[in-house]
Amino acid sequence: MKPLIIAGKEFSSRLFTGTGKFSSNRTMGEAILASGSELVTVALKRVNIGDNADDMLMHIQYPGINLLPNTSGVRNAKEAIFAAQLAREALGTNWIKLEIHPDPKYLLADGEETLAATRALAKEGFIVLPYIQADPVLCKKLEDAGAAAVMPLGSPIGSNQGLQTREFLRIIIEQSNVPVVVDAGLGAPSHASEAMEMGADAVLINTAIAVANDPIRMAIAFKMAVEAGRMAFEAKLGIKSMGAHASSPLTSFLS
Amino acid sequence: MFSDELENISWEETTKTINAKTSGDVERAIQKSKDQLTVDDFMALISPAAEPYLEQMAELSRDYTQMRFGKTISMYVPLYLTNSCMNSCVYCGFQHSNPIKRIILTDDEIMNELKAIKKIGPFQNLLLVTGENPRDAGVEYIKNAIWISKPLFNNLSIEVMPLATDEYAQLTQAGLYGVVCFQETYNKARYNVYHPRGMKSKFDWRVNGFDRMGQAGVHKVGMGVLIGLENWRTDVSMMAYHLRYMQKNYWKTKYSVNFPRMRPSENGHFQPNVIMTDKEYVQLMLAFRLFDHDVDISVSTRENKEFRNNILQLGVTSMSAGSKTDPGGYATYPEALEQFAVSDERTPQVVENDIRKSGYEVVWKDWDECLQDDFKTQIA
Repeated sequence: MKPLIIAGKEFSSRLFTGTGKFSSNRTMGEAILASGSELVTVALKRVNIGDNADDMLMHIQYPGINLLPNTSGVRNAKEAIFAAQLAREALGTNWIKLEIHPDPKYLLADGEETLAATRALAKEGFIVLPYIQADPVLCKKLEDAGAAAVMPLGSPIGSNQGLQTREFLRIIIEQSNVPVVVDAGLGAPSHASEAMEMGADAVLINTAIAVANDPIRMAIAFKMAVEAGRMAFEAKLGIKSMGAHASSPLTSFLS
Repeated sequence: MFSDELENISWEETTKTINAKTSGDVERAIQKSKDQLTVDDFMALISPAAEPYLEQMAELSRDYTQMRFGKTISMYVPLYLTNSCMNSCVYCGFQHSNPIKRIILTDDEIMNELKAIKKIGPFQNLLLVTGENPRDAGVEYIKNAIWISKPLFNNLSIEVMPLATDEYAQLTQAGLYGVVCFQETYNKARYNVYHPRGMKSKFDWRVNGFDRMGQAGVHKVGMGVLIGLENWRTDVSMMAYHLRYMQKNYWKTKYSVNFPRMRPSENGHFQPNVIMTDKEYVQLMLAFRLFDHDVDISVSTRENKEFRNNILQLGVTSMSAGSKTDPGGYATYPEALEQFAVSDERTPQVVENDIRKSGYEVVWKDWDECLQDDFKTQIA
């Protein structure tokens, strides 16, 4: 399988994971290791940034696992920019997952603020991965603003509803010049497979692994699903047949 | 303002509607609960007709809670700053006419309390509590307490008298995250029986305080009904209406619901009019989770250890531990009078271990001041 490249960095795993909602930090660490994920997002609000002994951070300190701090909790571009600067200083990474959702109920992204923050942070040299609605026009604008990848949602965060935004994701994938990471709402390995078969470059999974009865086995299941989906995409799926083609009533006159 | 909405909701009709709910209504509400329920559905779930469905509701409540919050319980601790109060709430130990020693913590005493709290647990969520004494412990006093607490705690909330919009805005600027305020009861006709004098006797000022919090951009608003005053089913249905109203009008704010229940008094003080059983308490909690998958449900140390351990998986999302409900109780005046009796006296460490044993992670920190614009402009 082709490696994924974001901002010049190569990833052999196309499964990104999250750190929230696990029943313990130990289970979280084991699940992430089992998933083979090389990019792990961490909410700034949950960790003691600047504290090397932070329990959550300690459990994901493995070679090959890169931190992707996220700004979950901020309500506008200004707050997001400040949080990103702080994360860079404290965690030593210029990668940032922009999450600006002023609506704490459905955690839907504010496109306008996300675009403004992406532009500002990209200028400051951040590798910006914005989380957004599956809005094809916004994705193009983010690309122009300097986003290193775009992260449209499959369905609302934590909803496990799968690819409810399928038709828009299709357009985004078709048009994008930066990697497309389907984030949020993927509740089953089959959802992840489907996104990868469609040509998504990666997926980000958190709730479905964290809340599973056995998070470690679920992490492995997602790993396999992502690989299967990607392999199918690279091998070029056959086109679905619309029905039998025994006779050609419309074109038989040509023969 | 919500007081206008409330004019159109009849207490009596609501009570009748709840009592008329059938098992069919309950089953329909349960089936629909994957999507957002209406207050009418909520009434079915808290009605007597729903009692046979508790196990089914519990399973759904657990699943919805885990989906949204994960297998985690967020921890907070209260700090009572003063027991001085101009109100006369008939059920409260801090009422004005009660001849107890009144304490207003000084800056040094506040700092001592904060340090004492840090010794009992790695708390980051602090709830600052006062009585209503605008002259000696008003907005400036509260703001000062926020400034003192800020370096030690990432997330600060207050439970104080209702304030004006610009006062909430000022405190938010000073680094405040959340405001907790209990309406106590939504029965306007009976409200003054319990709150006869003082600012708290003004029903509309209190109930519209939530609008003012929303307008001021408070990040999180905690609502509450005190169980023991009026028919709890009707009262919490009113709170459900209020929650939906708030969510529609102040959509950037997070919400929590609280429904502390009074116990029968053994010392001749106020006797609750209503005693809520454990079963009813659980039913209410499950109903709230089915009604709203995202609302924070908070359970304090008013509830005892066994009960708190048993309800861990049923929908609760935040808990206090090690609480002292008297000003100075952690370090300065360990002998002062409590506002209410704490039933769960486990140390935060023991609570944490018990939560872990149930397969849940304890979250001490779920906010960071670096995410709050209002505060940063102050330090910049």
